[in-house]
Amino acid sequence: MGMGSDMYRQQILDHYKNPRNYGEIEEATFTHVGENPMCGDEITIDVVLEDDDETIEAVAFRGDGCAISQASASMLTSELRGKTLDELHAMDRDDVVDMLGVDISPMRVKCAVLAEKVAQDGADIYKGDIEDVDITRTEEDDADVPDDA
Amino acid sequence: MSTQDAEALDVAAIREDFPILEREFNGHDLVYLDNAATSHTPDQVVDEIARYYREYNANVHRGLHQLSQEASIAYEDAHDRVAEFIGASGGREEVIFTKNTTESMNVVAYAWGLSELGPGDEVVLTEMEHHAALVTWQQICKRTGAECKYIGLTDDGQLDMDDARDTITDDTKMVSAVHVSNTLGCVNPVSELADVAHDHDALFFVDGAQAAPNRPVDVEAIDADFYAFSGHKMCGPTGIGVLYGKEHLLESMDPYLYGGMMIRKVTFEDSTWNDLPWKFEAGTPVIAQGIALAAAIDYLEDIGMESVKRHEERLAEYAYDRLTEMDDVDVYGPSPEQGRTGLVSFNLGDVHAHDLSSILNDYAVAIRAGDHCTQPLHDQLGVAASARASFYIYNTEEEVDKLVEAIEGARDLFA
Ligand SMILES: Cc1ncc(COP(=O)(O)O)c(C=O)c1O
Repeated sequence: MGMGSDMYRQQILDHYKNPRNYGEIEEATFTHVGENPMCGDEITIDVVLEDDDETIEAVAFRGDGCAISQASASMLTSELRGKTLDELHAMDRDDVVDMLGVDISPMRVKCAVLAEKVAQDGADIYKGDIEDVDITRTEEDDADVPDDA
Repeated sequence: MSTQDAEALDVAAIREDFPILEREFNGHDLVYLDNAATSHTPDQVVDEIARYYREYNANVHRGLHQLSQEASIAYEDAHDRVAEFIGASGGREEVIFTKNTTESMNVVAYAWGLSELGPGDEVVLTEMEHHAALVTWQQICKRTGAECKYIGLTDDGQLDMDDARDTITDDTKMVSAVHVSNTLGCVNPVSELADVAHDHDALFFVDGAQAAPNRPVDVEAIDADFYAFSGHKMCGPTGIGVLYGKEHLLESMDPYLYGGMMIRKVTFEDSTWNDLPWKFEAGTPVIAQGIALAAAIDYLEDIGMESVKRHEERLAEYAYDRLTEMDDVDVYGPSPEQGRTGLVSFNLGDVHAHDLSSILNDYAVAIRAGDHCTQPLHDQLGVAASARASFYIYNTEEEVDKLVEAIEGARDLFA
């Protein structure tokens, strides 16, 4: 009940209206782009690693789309500073939902997890764990329900 | 029917037939404004489905027993009922039951397109086509080497008929256009388009998914070669669509699906085809759904299609006026004076349509948000998505007011 109202609590709206870490880092260790075709959300994330090549020193994002995707990127980029790539890799959908602190309706999970997926794919590509893809897309298996037809 | 025949609807009485409208959630009465996606189903139609399963459920055209006879007759008669509804004088032979508009489109694309199209041929669509037509013809063109071309829009969001006359040429073999746009709400001059197509010996396919539910349709007055629509947008159940085709065309086409029911004589070496329309209805068909569609048509014609149309137009005009009053709301498509049906697509400032729709849901206002299966058109409009409110026979001006209040609530939240 009332999933919608929950979804737009002050914290989310605040991050949407005043996104943290918004912008570009020119000397980024790696950069990756992703989109959520359902909402047309798009996010680019820049990550700078410390000398250990493992710890995240700085993160920035830019993009546009719905409030859920943009607020999620704002919060995630704040959380990531100081984390290692392994810790980033270990994050899943539940961590994102916890971070947002609200119930995300099933139709909007793709929006919520976009930033996390972009950061993870960017890191995996950087480490050579997965093949380079130009763009990350949140797909069917990121949500419990199919795309709206 | 003339407009004088259009009586104001007794909306209160109509609403009694739709118990779903009594639902409440998030502390509000449901305001259902997503009728262009799917309409609700009145008790009369639900009862007809139940009656079929309770009293005469049987496979059709197969059994010689009583139940099969009753089911066969009801199912066949449903085709005649649909033919009458759209003015197809050829009767059931010209009415094929499918599962939806999309399948109707694919029947023609596969059965006619794959064999008739080739390099140098053109299929002409409009920029406001639904993916049902756009993706289908695009892919058939890729397979056959034919080319897809698109008729553009005027600045005020209508089909550009000058462009239509330029785009349709002697190389054009098929013109496929929506009767009513599911995004812009405009009503296209389909009989004029039919003339242009026929002047160049092209066939004309009309996607009537957004027209058949809300206005009198006469396929012969339009001179459409094919006309398609879905039962679920017009008080019928899901799982039933209609493909009307001129008899001589359907006669000349090969089947699209093969199997039982669609055959006359089968040997190990070869098969011959059943009569129309069964040649295009392979396997056990949509029996309950077809019978229910006939009941939905009875329901709508009892109200009167001219009255349905007027009711929608009034609501569209009211909604258009209320939405355009708001400075930060962009409304797409022509003004009511230029003719539009009961749907209005819009955006509230920079608020993403999905955010808007989620917030409207807090007020129990159900609208559609997204690209409405017209992505290229949204690219054209320069937006990723839009919100769409669409009306039907049971909607009221008070519900439009609730929509506006909810939009104002969303604006406050995002301010
Ligand atoms: C104009 C138009 N064409 C085709 C369709 C497809 O209808 P269906 O999904 O029932 O096949 C729709 C609605 O979804 C529509 O609005």
